[in-house]
Amino acid sequence: MAASDTITPSEFIKHHLTNLTFGQHPNGDWGIAHTAEEAKEMGFWAVHLDSMLWSILLGILFIAVFRKVALRASAGVPGGMQNFVEMIVDFVNDNVRGSFSGKNDLIAPLGLTIFCWIFLMNLMDLVPVDLIPRITQEVAALFGADPHHVYMKVVPTTDPNITFGMSIGVFILILYYSIKIKGVGGFVGELTGLPFQTDKVWLKPFTTVVNLILEGVNLIAKPISLALRLFGNMYAGEMIFILISLLYSAGIAFAIFGGALQFVWAVFHILIITLQAFIFMVLTVVYLDLAHAEHH
Amino acid sequence: MNINLTLFFQLLAFAVFVWFTMKYVWPPLVTAMDERKAKIAEGLAAAERGQHEQELAEKRAKDTLHVAKQQAAEIRANAEKQAALIIEDARDKAKEEGGRQLAAAQAEIEQETNKAREVLRAKVAELAVLGAEKILRKEINADAHKDIVESVANQI
Repeated sequence: MAASDTITPSEFIKHHLTNLTFGQHPNGDWGIAHTAEEAKEMGFWAVHLDSMLWSILLGILFIAVFRKVALRASAGVPGGMQNFVEMIVDFVNDNVRGSFSGKNDLIAPLGLTIFCWIFLMNLMDLVPVDLIPRITQEVAALFGADPHHVYMKVVPTTDPNITFGMSIGVFILILYYSIKIKGVGGFVGELTGLPFQTDKVWLKPFTTVVNLILEGVNLIAKPISLALRLFGNMYAGEMIFILISLLYSAGIAFAIFGGALQFVWAVFHILIITLQAFIFMVLTVVYLDLAHAEHH
Repeated sequence: MNINLTLFFQLLAFAVFVWFTMKYVWPPLVTAMDERKAKIAEGLAAAERGQHEQELAEKRAKDTLHVAKQQAAEIRANAEKQAALIIEDARDKAKEEGGRQLAAAQAEIEQETNKAREVLRAKVAELAVLGAEKILRKEINADAHKDIVESVANQI
C-alpha cells in the first residue's frame, strides 16, 4: 500500500489519482500542491509535473530510439533494432496509405509519433501501480518532504490534459488543412451547406443555421471524442489496477486472488493500450483525410 | 483531474515531437526502406534474367550436343565406308597378286616342262641312237642316219 499503513482505501485511491501539481497557491506563492484540494485551487495556471515528466521522457525515448536507428538506417540487411523500427514504420505507412488519399508528408510521421508515443505512455499502465509512486515518496522523504503529500501519477494518458493536448493539436491541423485546401469560403460552405440543401431563398437562413449546428457539433466532436476515448479507457484501466492492488491488504487469500486478477487484467490491458494508440492514430489520419477531401 | 496549463505544454511537446519525427526520423527510415525495396526488386529481376540466360545456355548446349552427335555419326559412317573401301581394295589387290603369282608359277611350270621335255627329247634321241647303234652296230653310220634319228626323236 502507500506510504503508511494507517491510510484508508479511499485515501489510497485518491492519492493515486492526484497529480503532482505545480502552480500558484491562493496566497500568491508558487509551489507544489500538497493536497488535491490545493491543486484544485490553483486553477488553470498550474502544471502537472508528473504527467509532463513522463510524457516528455517517453516522447524522448521514442525519438531517441527511432533517431538512432534512422541515423544508421541502410538499405542493406537490417539488424534487429532496425527491423523492429522498420516494422512499425511500415505498419504506420500502410495504415496511412490505406486511409489517407491525399499527398501530405506530415501525415505519416504524425501517425508514427502518435502511435508510438501514446503506446509508450499507455504502457506505463503495466508498471505496478505502487512501484514508481512509492519510490518517489521514499526519495522525496529523503529530502524532508512529507510522503503523504508527494503525488506521482505515472500514466500520462490518464490525465485529460495530456489527451486533450494531443487531440487539440490534431484539431488545429484539421482546421489548418480544411482552410488551406478548401479556402475559408469552402470550409464555411462545408459547415453551412450540408446536410440540408435548398433552392428556396427564404429557406436558406434556416438550413444554414441548422447545418452549422450539426456540422459544428460534428467538427467539435472529433477532438473531444479522440481525447475522451483515450482518457476514458486508460483511466478505467488504471482504476481497476488500483482497485486490484487494494486486495493485497485484505489477507493472504485475497492477495493471491488479487495477484491472479492483476495478471489477467494486465494481459488484457496489453491489447487495450495497443488498440487505443492505434485508434488514436487511425482516427487522426481519417480526420485529416476528411479535412483534405473536397466535398460538394 | 483539473484542466490546466499541462494541456498547452503537452500540445507544445506534441508539436515538437511530430516536427522532429517528420524532419529527422521518418525520411531516413523510409528512404532506406525504399532503397532496399528497389534493391530487392533489382535482385529478383537479375535472378529472373539469370534463369532466362541459363535456360538459353541449356538450349544452346543441347543444340551443340545434337550437332556434335550428328557430326560424330557422319564421321563414323564415313570411316566405315572408307574401311569397307580399303578392305575391298586390299581384297582386289590380293586377288590380282594371287593371279599374277599363279600365272608366274604356271609359266615357270610350263618352262620347266618344256625344259624337261627338251632334255627328255635329247635323252630319247640319244637312247634311240644308242639302241640303233647297238642293233645296227656295223652298218649304220651315226652321222649318215642322223636326219632320220632326229626326225624320229622330234616325233616323241
